[in-house]
Amino acid sequence: MNSVPDIFRILPEVVLTLTGAIIMLIDASLPPGLPRRSLGWVAAIGTTIAIWASVWQLSLPQGTGFYNTVETSAFTIFFHVLICGIVLVALLLSLDTLPEDSHHQGEYYALIVFGAVGMCLMTGAVELLVVFIALEISSISTYVLAGYRKNTARSPEAAIKYFLLGSFATAFLLYGIALTFGATGTTQIYEIARFAPTAQNHSFILAGAALMLVGILFKVSAAPFHVWTPDVYEGSPSPVVALLSTAPKAAAFAVLLRVVYEIFPSLHTLWTPLLWVVAVLSMTVGNLAALRQESVKRMLAYSSIAHAGYLLAAFAGAGTSGIAAASFYIAAYASMNVGIFAVVSVVSGYEEKLPLVQDFRGLLYRSPLLGSLLIFFLVSLVGIPFTGGFFGKFYSFTAAVGGGAVWLAIIGLLNSGLAAAYYLRLALVTAQRPLDEERQSQIANLHVGLAVAAALMFAAVATLVLGIAPGDVLHAADNGAHTLQAPPQPDSSAPTADPPPAQ
Amino acid sequence: MSTIDNSILTLLLLVPLAGALLVALVPDRAKLPNWIALITSLVTFGLALHLPAHYDLGQGGFQFVVKTLQPWISLGGTGDGIYYHLGVDGLSLWLVVLTGLLAPIGVIASWNAIKERRKVYFALFLVQQTAMFGVFVSLDLMLYYGFWELSLVPMAILIAMYGRKDGPKAAMKFFLFTFIPSAPLLVAILWLYAKTNTFDFSTMQVLIANGSIPAGPLCWAAFAFLFAFAVKVPVFPLHGWLADSYSEAPVALAMVIAGKLGLYSMLRFHIGLFPAQAKELAPYLIALAVIGILYGACLALVQKDFWRLLAFASLGHLSLIVLGIYGFTLTGSAGAVYQILNHGVIDGAMFVLLGYLYDRYSTSEIGLYGGLAARLPRTATLFVITSLAMIGLPMLNNFVGEFLVLSSTFAGVSRSWTVAAALGVILGAAYMLWLIQRIFYGTESALVTSKPANDLHFSELIVLWPLAVLMLVMGVAPSLWFPTIEQGVRPHPHHVQFSDLVKTPSTPEMEGLR
Repeated sequence: MNSVPDIFRILPEVVLTLTGAIIMLIDASLPPGLPRRSLGWVAAIGTTIAIWASVWQLSLPQGTGFYNTVETSAFTIFFHVLICGIVLVALLLSLDTLPEDSHHQGEYYALIVFGAVGMCLMTGAVELLVVFIALEISSISTYVLAGYRKNTARSPEAAIKYFLLGSFATAFLLYGIALTFGATGTTQIYEIARFAPTAQNHSFILAGAALMLVGILFKVSAAPFHVWTPDVYEGSPSPVVALLSTAPKAAAFAVLLRVVYEIFPSLHTLWTPLLWVVAVLSMTVGNLAALRQESVKRMLAYSSIAHAGYLLAAFAGAGTSGIAAASFYIAAYASMNVGIFAVVSVVSGYEEKLPLVQDFRGLLYRSPLLGSLLIFFLVSLVGIPFTGGFFGKFYSFTAAVGGGAVWLAIIGLLNSGLAAAYYLRLALVTAQRPLDEERQSQIANLHVGLAVAAALMFAAVATLVLGIAPGDVLHAADNGAHTLQAPPQPDSSAPTADPPPAQ
Repeated sequence: MSTIDNSILTLLLLVPLAGALLVALVPDRAKLPNWIALITSLVTFGLALHLPAHYDLGQGGFQFVVKTLQPWISLGGTGDGIYYHLGVDGLSLWLVVLTGLLAPIGVIASWNAIKERRKVYFALFLVQQTAMFGVFVSLDLMLYYGFWELSLVPMAILIAMYGRKDGPKAAMKFFLFTFIPSAPLLVAILWLYAKTNTFDFSTMQVLIANGSIPAGPLCWAAFAFLFAFAVKVPVFPLHGWLADSYSEAPVALAMVIAGKLGLYSMLRFHIGLFPAQAKELAPYLIALAVIGILYGACLALVQKDFWRLLAFASLGHLSLIVLGIYGFTLTGSAGAVYQILNHGVIDGAMFVLLGYLYDRYSTSEIGLYGGLAARLPRTATLFVITSLAMIGLPMLNNFVGEFLVLSSTFAGVSRSWTVAAALGVILGAAYMLWLIQRIFYGTESALVTSKPANDLHFSELIVLWPLAVLMLVMGVAPSLWFPTIEQGVRPHPHHVQFSDLVKTPSTPEMEGLR
């Protein structure tokens, strides 16, 4: 058991890092002026290998490596596969939507892959400082990616906003870690969990936990820490938003699950009302603001705030049911949200000549495939049964009701009724007859390339499977929840107490 | 049980879905989507007819049951998970057949009316069929909820795409009106699951009946169920979406948009699961139903647009059914179920007829018509037959149901409410006869003379005559239907302590029908 080499514990991260480094090297050695699109394929292949590596990790016994700083368990593997899957789709999407002549394509692909390293490491780390470093790796990559379209005004604005507010939030997280360290004398998660209930200075623990919460809630764009979201989403290139609105959130939610259920389970009674309020605020603020948006990307930005709220409802559930529901919701949300941004990036185009809801009028006529996929993803976001979005909400609110928060479930579902209004508005516009031929002929070219088609199919199939046969994914989420609830012994030489995750 | 009996309900769900997939894949040429949709819907109708032919009346209860051994989706924890669990009993049996019958009629009614995007139209139409069958045959609450919600999507998209004037607005209204109330419904289902650890209808019925769930919150759960269903029916004053949807929806969808899904759900899941709570609310529902009857009839009298007239006429007829359901008498419930079938048949025929008029003259304004009878004699004949059925002329089907509902209300509920409801029925005769007079008689209007006389042709007649014959058969031989229906609405044995809720278990009228 203790013969597992440390390197295997971070195999996906290693693969991704190597991929990123290789891309940078090739990019530097290619003569300027040569098309660099093929670097995107290198990144996609590297990410696929990383997914494979994460799945392979299932054969490892659950345990930690590198002096108890990183862990592999069903929980980390679930999130690794999810994040790498999102990154893969975002890469495929970028391959066809980035213009051939766009600048610094090598860096673009490398940054996506490096971002993925950070996000993966966030979910695997069981040491708060490693969590922090991983968060920084992921954040800095995404700050740069947000500003990728630097010839427009909005994109650098998005990057600067994201960077300033993001750094501030990270500082909160760091301060929280410092206070926790002060109270317990350690930053190792299991150690904190062991010492926290008996710590001398309870108020330090509370303050530390609260500050960490602020930092993480910012990253998942939950209200009232959500103000950056619409501007950043609007300014960033759509494939980047597909990534940004899902993968870093998945990683941040994984950290939040650790904080709430693993580090401070003793504080659960204190968390619950706090997260209750944040959940209700996020849903309500997100949905009400989304109702009034004319820009599709801003609307989806507010919708993602609302979805963070639905997800937080799962935290009202006790123990494994809450963790499993939250994990499943992230997967469902990711598949449909990536899908919808994939459609948006094809329809609006890289230059975003058609950013408004009204510009989508008649999409079903101009491109039946894109139109019907858009409607499908919207139906899933509304939460109609037999789609991933429904089962995500279903599990989340089942966990909430199971945890006694019936009112939270009622507010949440009424909110999803409210949300149906703006999703439906876009869906109905799509199904209407095209009106303004002139404006739309500007982008008559709705070419769906091979890579984008693959990305769309990937997202659509995932959304459908999560809606019709969610059994396997739910099972994986449940396994993950169990490993989070029953962490291994802190000493990596004696993890034998826990059987390997059943798969 | 033969294999066909085991798989018939699954086939009913899968055949329209497979048809929808096929429609989506074939090229839109030579009316290919129309033909596929027609064949699919005829096959489903044939499959649906298998049910009454092989339903064992002596055995009763749920038959043709399919239940997977393992949960379809297991939810972890102590709960049972979601099962793929289907079955029909006397209550749902004829509703399934009605859904099957209206499908080919809808396809033929859309044959020439839908000129563009036929693939989208027929594919979504068939998905809608699956959703409606699913609602009627699901015995797992989550599965039922899934189909219930699914039925909204194709409907909303089709209203938006094929609306006559302002489709998107009507679609949005329809969707939000029916989607938002289903949020409390879902919470109530989840809450029941948290208490009972099962989504199985029969098990839950037993657990609720033996009082293992706290009564206080149960009341709220029952109310959440009722509210969602009442909007879908619709019950006065929740009918805001009805008129817009009636005037915008394509004919084939408008004929299924209101009524049967909500009314069936009331009988099965509101009264079926919460008889005691339903009984408490019954007086209010009876009052709302009577108001709905009168209000619908009065508004129908003053409409200038025939779609809206039909919408308010429907509000009145549906309210009468609600009156029958919440009268808590066996006769009334059976009459109500029969009225659901009648409403489906008559409303279907009416929609088809008005749809043909609209196709020919491109307006739904009653005032522009006049003197059509001389030019379109066949249309006039069928229109009059359908209208007379709707009014409740003896020998035609509506009479039977209305009579049972009103007589049971008179005997078992309250005389004054019955008088008020009967007044609504009389008003119903007034607005329908006036409608006939304005459209078909009098002097020929400018609109009528400006267009060539184009009477119903063969493909339209083969839809309408069978419906007219059906109205007559259902009017003179209700005993073909009643034994099954009566078995369906009988109180469940587990609710035996509530048997006092059902007054006059059998009346002479019912004996005569058996």
